[in-house]
Amino acid sequence: MSVHRATPHDAARLHVSGAARYTDDIPVPAGTLHLAFGLSTIAKGRMTDVDLNAVRAAPGVVAVLEADDLPHDNDVSPSAHDEPLLSAGEICYLGQPVFLVVATSHLAARKAARLGQITYAAETPLLTIDDALAADSRFEDGPRIYIKGDAEAAIAQATHTVTGQIEIGGQEHFYLEGQVALAVPQEGGDMVVHASSQHPTEIQHKVAEALGQPMNSVRVEVRRMGGGFGGKESQGNALCVACAVVAARLGRACKMRYDRDDDMIVTGKRHDFRIAYDVGFDGEGRIAGIIFEQFVRCGWAQDLSLPVADRAMLHADNAYHLQHARITSHRLKTNTQSNTAFRGFGGPQGMVGIERVVDHIAHHLGRDPLEVRRANFYAPADATSAASGDGHQPAQAPPAQDDLATRGAAPKGGGVSTVPATAQTTPYGMEVTDFILHDMVAALETSSDYRARRASVAAWNEANPVLKRGIALTPVKFGISFTLTHLNQAGALVHVYQDGSIHLNHGGTEMGQGLFTKVAQVAAAAFDVPLDHVKITATDTGKVPNTSATAASSGTDLNGMAVKIACDTIKDRIAACIAERYQAASDQVIFTDGHVEVGAERIAFKDAVQLAYMSRVSLSATGFYATPEVTWDRIKGQGRPFYYFAYGAAATEVVIDTLTGENRILRTDILHDCGKSLNPDLDIGQIEGGYVQGAGWLTMEELIWDDTGALKTHAPATYKIPCASDRPEIFNVSLWDGANAAETIYRSKAVGEPPLMLGISAFLALSDAVASCGTDYPNLQAPATAEQILSAVDRVRW
Amino acid sequence: MTIEINNRPYDLPDDARISLLDFMRERLEFFGSKKGCNQGACGACTVLVDGERILSCLALAAQYDGRSVTTIEGVANGDELHPLQALFVEHEGMQCGYCTPGQIMSGIALKSELERGAPSNVSSDLTVAPRLSRDEIKERLSGNLCRCGAHNGIIDAVAAYVGGEEQ
Ligand code: FES
Ligand code: FES
Repeated sequence: MSVHRATPHDAARLHVSGAARYTDDIPVPAGTLHLAFGLSTIAKGRMTDVDLNAVRAAPGVVAVLEADDLPHDNDVSPSAHDEPLLSAGEICYLGQPVFLVVATSHLAARKAARLGQITYAAETPLLTIDDALAADSRFEDGPRIYIKGDAEAAIAQATHTVTGQIEIGGQEHFYLEGQVALAVPQEGGDMVVHASSQHPTEIQHKVAEALGQPMNSVRVEVRRMGGGFGGKESQGNALCVACAVVAARLGRACKMRYDRDDDMIVTGKRHDFRIAYDVGFDGEGRIAGIIFEQFVRCGWAQDLSLPVADRAMLHADNAYHLQHARITSHRLKTNTQSNTAFRGFGGPQGMVGIERVVDHIAHHLGRDPLEVRRANFYAPADATSAASGDGHQPAQAPPAQDDLATRGAAPKGGGVSTVPATAQTTPYGMEVTDFILHDMVAALETSSDYRARRASVAAWNEANPVLKRGIALTPVKFGISFTLTHLNQAGALVHVYQDGSIHLNHGGTEMGQGLFTKVAQVAAAAFDVPLDHVKITATDTGKVPNTSATAASSGTDLNGMAVKIACDTIKDRIAACIAERYQAASDQVIFTDGHVEVGAERIAFKDAVQLAYMSRVSLSATGFYATPEVTWDRIKGQGRPFYYFAYGAAATEVVIDTLTGENRILRTDILHDCGKSLNPDLDIGQIEGGYVQGAGWLTMEELIWDDTGALKTHAPATYKIPCASDRPEIFNVSLWDGANAAETIYRSKAVGEPPLMLGISAFLALSDAVASCGTDYPNLQAPATAEQILSAVDRVRW
Repeated sequence: MTIEINNRPYDLPDDARISLLDFMRERLEFFGSKKGCNQGACGACTVLVDGERILSCLALAAQYDGRSVTTIEGVANGDELHPLQALFVEHEGMQCGYCTPGQIMSGIALKSELERGAPSNVSSDLTVAPRLSRDEIKERLSGNLCRCGAHNGIIDAVAAYVGGEEQ
């Protein structure tokens, strides 16, 4: 079987040879034109005069477009139709595209884009969470609130209380391959778009809308991305639409690639949050009641902010059974980039909130935070009954609207599942039946030698006045499924050719996560043929339609299942044909080891395929999968939004220099749950990468805007992501060995996002190191840059 | 005015302002070297000039008149991968692969830098040849960003190649 095995990345050889082709590497047709946006230089106001004569006169410029020149819809939003491709006059953030230059070269387009003379009537922008709160500038009518029990009463009666607040900065995706698109016009007004996108169907939809054409006239192809991380779920719409509109107008291929600075200035990032908390607890640290208020800086357009903010609420419990909880979420509209999906999709911010609370409780009580964590854990899987499944009402179809395939679509209702009154539930009423962190954390505590190291950290801190160490072990429980229930579907297309080779296509996109390899493994396992018999081709809206974004960690779960279903269909047909020939029953036909066996007969897979072909049996099939059992009402905050949870735990030890704030990660130990891993090597890669990205977000990646709303950290020279020398000196990663209780593809679990939140252990280890400098709670803010650490050290010392 | 790229001569562009990276990608369709930032901060465009690594986005093609450039497309011997390429496959030194060409070119160059005793920021003594260590390797690879966080595989592959201590 090809699954549960480490097989290298499907394109490894291409990558090391420089032959793996990305969108920017596609040889363009002769006469291809290049596009660049002219960007606003203020954050809020109106354009009163737009003089583009110098732009038009610049060398190489073929055309310049403004909002009025767009023939149809001027919109690239994945949700609320509130994101014009080009501003029609109103400026909502600094860096907003206001005109589009078409030129004979990339450089000519970019140079000309700088020559626009725009006069503005500027207004005072709302840049911060406080600005937006003061102006009551928000999305939705008011805050969303999820309530379980009576948090106020529980806090009032609790022996201990603490309150606090944490600011959590955003994060630039910094996909190494920037945003890029190529549109090539076809006969009859059709359009082919090559995109670097996690969501080809969304590109198809937005391009069709902009061209005033039905979706069937647009085909979108994505071979691979040089990283996505959520930043290519909706943020590529603008480039694809711009290219397609100009290509249709001028009849020439058009290409657009953001330069790195433009990429960082134009596109949205991870949402920055402020989370205020008020918690009551007993002497053991058991939480009696908790109130969270989450303030979310969404930026200027709605994009995917509502489901991001929802997911932050859905992870405000992380691994802890909260009896009485109230979670309020304010989705604030500001004059900054429109924040968007980023690996974890709000979950990480929600989780930082509760982990911070647990850390604060432990500090207040003078207890080991790990003990407080344990005291609050959900009960283990074996102590809970499996959900019966009855009582689930089917989800209602979302109200008709034209942008159904995105996470920005917002249904008003949804089913609510009923769970037994005695069940342990999340604050949103979902029963937790698969909780495995007791055992995982115990195993990691042992393998990382946590107890002894905690003691030696304390001894070190006693003896060393300048360099202080800290250690933290934190858990992750992450919900898997799109919270917009209808997106939990996928399709696949499988062909078996006469020579026994297999051609495979599915709706997922490859951005480095190894999805193509895993899905090929699934197909190879289904027929039990060697992996090299299977070829995966570029994601193509013409082959598999109506796909969901490759997001929410769902790529393998959904597409793997769809592929298996398609393969099973073809297998059944071949089996029926072989069974008839050998006068046996279909279920006696077995696909094994590159052969098909029936009774004593054993024929090569290829020969069986040929027999089927000669018998006029179809060797092509589609597969379709929809995740069962999920149902969710996002307004009520009730239901079962997730099919299952993925778990993990990390222990991180750090050292800080109390004179400079400089810090390093000394050692990281991770134990992560991938169910029965489809491909341990790929999964470990995702875990390592997720941890590094999560730790980077919370410790070094800092976004800074000036008072005018200009992003000052818009290049790698000013925005620091983790590099090779930041890698922990000791970095141990293991997989938790266990099958998924839910019926997923070969009982594996999704792994794209959950490991990012393992990085929270690095943040809390830094907090632990700071705490050793004095008696006050460090109240560390994220990212914990050297400056933050230094000022926290000062706070606890004086 | 000619430049040799992967052992073949090419006429240099008339426009002296074109970068070596743009010259290779846009005029010659050598797409192996990537443009991650175009400002000398990510390493995705790393190539060798007479065996030394440079960032081709910061170099003008015209500067390299008469010199010999090696890109990722030029390191294999026909169908046989360069040893470091093979090690990247073996150690899974990639996820999205966008940084991979630059990582490999840096890895090849850093081996010769170490062999000739060039010190780095973490070398303890500037007067003697640096000791082979993972710290040296990590430091010398830190100009090649990898946003996917595939550093473990990358470092393992390069460590195996330069023959440094295995962890
Ligand atoms: S593209 Fe040259 S260093 Fe980034
Ligand atoms: S593998 Fe994606 S940037 Fe390195």
